[in-house]
Amino acid sequence: MSPKDNFVLPDLPENPSRRNFFKSGAAAVTLTLAPGITVMAFGGTAASAAGADAGKRWGLLIDVNKCAKDCTACVTACKDENGWAGYGDPEQNSQWIRKVTMRNKATGHETEMPVMCQHCEDPPCVDVCPTGASFKRVDGIVLVDKHTCIGCRYCMMACPFKARSFVHEPVNNQKPHAPRGQGTVESCTLCVHRVDKGQIPACVEACDATGHGAMVFGDLNDPASDISKALASYPSVALRPDLDLNPGVRYANL
Amino acid sequence: MERTLYREINATQGVWTLAVIMVGLVAIAGWSVLYVEHHGHAVTGMNNQIVWGLPHVFAIILIVAASGALNVASMASVFDRTAYKPLSRLSGILAIALLLGGLLVLVLDLGRPDRLLIAMTTFNFSSIFTWNVLLYIGFMGIVAVYLWVQMDRSVHPKYVKPIGIVAFVWRLILTTGTGSIFGWLVARPGYDAALMAPLFISLSFSLGLAVFLLVLIALYRLDDRLIGDEIVARLSHLLGIFVAAAMYFAVLQHVTNLYAAEHAGFERFILFEGGVITTLFWWGQIALGGLLPLALIFGKLPTNVPSRAIVASMLVILGAFAQLYVIIIGGQAYPFEIFPGYEVTSSFFDGAIVSYSPSFYELALGVGGVAVAMLATGVAVKVLRILPTNLADKKS
Repeated sequence: MSPKDNFVLPDLPENPSRRNFFKSGAAAVTLTLAPGITVMAFGGTAASAAGADAGKRWGLLIDVNKCAKDCTACVTACKDENGWAGYGDPEQNSQWIRKVTMRNKATGHETEMPVMCQHCEDPPCVDVCPTGASFKRVDGIVLVDKHTCIGCRYCMMACPFKARSFVHEPVNNQKPHAPRGQGTVESCTLCVHRVDKGQIPACVEACDATGHGAMVFGDLNDPASDISKALASYPSVALRPDLDLNPGVRYANL
Repeated sequence: MERTLYREINATQGVWTLAVIMVGLVAIAGWSVLYVEHHGHAVTGMNNQIVWGLPHVFAIILIVAASGALNVASMASVFDRTAYKPLSRLSGILAIALLLGGLLVLVLDLGRPDRLLIAMTTFNFSSIFTWNVLLYIGFMGIVAVYLWVQMDRSVHPKYVKPIGIVAFVWRLILTTGTGSIFGWLVARPGYDAALMAPLFISLSFSLGLAVFLLVLIALYRLDDRLIGDEIVARLSHLLGIFVAAAMYFAVLQHVTNLYAAEHAGFERFILFEGGVITTLFWWGQIALGGLLPLALIFGKLPTNVPSRAIVASMLVILGAFAQLYVIIIGGQAYPFEIFPGYEVTSSFFDGAIVSYSPSFYELALGVGGVAVAMLATGVAVKVLRILPTNLADKKS
């Protein structure tokens, strides 16, 4: 087990004061006490680092047939939840989730679907990261440790899904639960801060609210979960199945 | 046997002028780095589509040249070619200096260069980047020892060969690591090929020797020392062989891709429809950087030996720059193939060929890295006994 396997995002007060920030500064470090024992904190508590559940594998199932054309509710919800709205150049803006329009070259049939970090079981971004800042929790969520990311962007070269973004400009008004940093890489966290509280990701919640119900979130390891039942009952695919990365995100009716 | 005398170069006006220019270029690079770090990479031409840009082209060309520059020393001490022995010290110094310049560019383009200490202390051994950090540092150390055993007369010469062999093997592994940065990327159609490692090694042989030849001739002219046609012609001939080898791997890379239908789109982009990338490939890499140097060297055009060597070396460096630009930028400009069989569009440029316009800051940083390498070489030959006083042809 790697030292970060149990990493979870800490709870921060919604409006952390400057004083509290500096008080927590002592904890805003990563200390490896012994192999497998890491104190990782961002002003968080030991309880908040207690961990991801190794028995779970969080995943998403996206039903492409139910994904409505021109609906961007999931994208908007992710932006609002995680605060990555663009500031100018669309080529430089971050995109944690995007709607992709696909037109079948042979038949002309058009479909739309959201694409985000696929939370691979064998993530290439984790393999190539020189400092180990890219890491996978025991519950399958792939994250970037903003304290040890040096901004080399090798993970962006390695990710087959173009799921990662580099923060090109200084960032202001960050969400306390989704810290961002100029010069570091970021991507979909599967709303880990919500998942650790027993909630579902913001994109799934927004998709449900529109009534489309194109996204199902759940534990792939639990045969009784909605996602496992759905995966068992109708066909689904992974993106780039040739790479055998076993992503946690699956697509149905593609 | 005639003994080779090594002496520091004299501080001629030409040496000073060059030094001042290099310091100026380093200062501009330093300012550019501070500017980019303050404002973020938003002020550069790089973006979330072209994530590695001109700085990486400069960094990798310097790193590849570094390993190649050591070949002259390897030929002397590993392959017993005694004619190259007097050049061994410069070969080692240049290798360290070029690597230093390349690494500086690489590090200073990081999003968080202030976290260099993390990169030096926190390792992920499944990353070829991590191995490269160790390979680069090890290379500097081994070449430093290699230089020491050559230069310290109290050290028995029998140690030169074993250390030379270690350095030679190390440099082959090092360039394998550099090529594998791209070769091991399964994500993008332009990379993901084991061929990248030998391709980079062959490129390092030709590029490193071209840089070595140019620096050697420049230093001897600056200090009014004699360098004979014989050694220059010998090095030029070797350069020609290396250029041919580098072209062989480049041709093999593209022919292999053309054979597989899945790579047809990528090859069409590089070879025919890539605009600047296509121009750089055919004119930069193949014509000016490959065929013309070969014609100059083996066609024995009616110019004198040094002129031929200088022009051929410049062209080889230009060709290597074009080749790395095509690999690094071209490989990113072509879209990912996440959805085979579909035409894809999105707000994140899925399915689109993206363009890249490098900014002044990126150019300044890259040129600064070259200037650091040249300055380091200059300081070394000024304070250490690196260069033989006379390389004139021996009279028979």
